[in-house]
Amino acid sequence: MVERYLRQSPLAHLGLDGRAQAVRGESGVAMSEQPFRGIVNLRVQPDDSEAMAALESALGFALPVEPNTTAASATALAFWLGPDEWWIVTPGPEPESGPNMAVTLRTALTDRRGAVTDVSDSRTCIRISGPRARDLLCKGMPLDLHPRVFPSGCCAQSHLAKTGVVLHLIAEDGPTFELYVLRSFAEYLWLWLEDAAREYGLTITSS
Amino acid sequence: MLLIPCPYCGERAESEFSYGGEAHIARPADPEKTSDADWADYLYTRTNTKGVYFERWMHAHGCRRWFNIARHTVSYDILAVYETGAPPPKFDTKSEV
Ligand SMILES: [Zn+2]
Repeated sequence: MVERYLRQSPLAHLGLDGRAQAVRGESGVAMSEQPFRGIVNLRVQPDDSEAMAALESALGFALPVEPNTTAASATALAFWLGPDEWWIVTPGPEPESGPNMAVTLRTALTDRRGAVTDVSDSRTCIRISGPRARDLLCKGMPLDLHPRVFPSGCCAQSHLAKTGVVLHLIAEDGPTFELYVLRSFAEYLWLWLEDAAREYGLTITSS
Repeated sequence: MLLIPCPYCGERAESEFSYGGEAHIARPADPEKTSDADWADYLYTRTNTKGVYFERWMHAHGCRRWFNIARHTVSYDILAVYETGAPPPKFDTKSEV
């Protein structure tokens, strides 16, 4: 685990607090970083009903088995990533939140087949909201983000501006998206988004 | 761009996938006893079909699973999508669309 005082978000050097600005006139898009979330990668066979039940009682909710969907409680958010793969995201920012979740899941899977890997610091999260958020994402993404196809609560792994991302629509109202990007790509993607959002009027907020 | 129906994630753009070449090519059971010619044939010879072609794809930017597709190499129509390990569906592989 990283020492608290050494912990730095991959966008820290951009000084987002200092960049925080509101545009004059209409703001079509608002962006912020949501750093330091805990992320745990979970692999388990969905037809192993004992393991799935143990995970459900550990999490307090059932893992989503419907493709491209999420499930959540107040303390954890589960992403369907594949037929036997999930992410369990914790809000952070405590550095222990990811490792603690990994321990919880590993305990639930005691003597059962599965894999639990803490990948918290591999990625950061960027929140994008506003009436033009969809237009902004569509500039660099092949996903169909129409509400009929990609409603609130949906998630998908895809690519944005050639960078692999996990996209999550947290609320149709707004709409508000969150995307998870590998930390070494975070600066590139943030600057790409800033540039692409300029024509819509961009507000940057500190997280 | 092809719209490829991933058997796990649903329809996605071709740019999310990587291509794995022809499907259903069995590795020789005993490489030590396989002749150089047969080994070279296993490694390099492909059918280059004009018609229905069985090929492997991987959803690289999505679920990262391998699967098979039956695709017509003239019309580019995707005629079937099936799991790795499943036998190829029956088609008249020489048929023109
Ligand atoms: Zn997929």
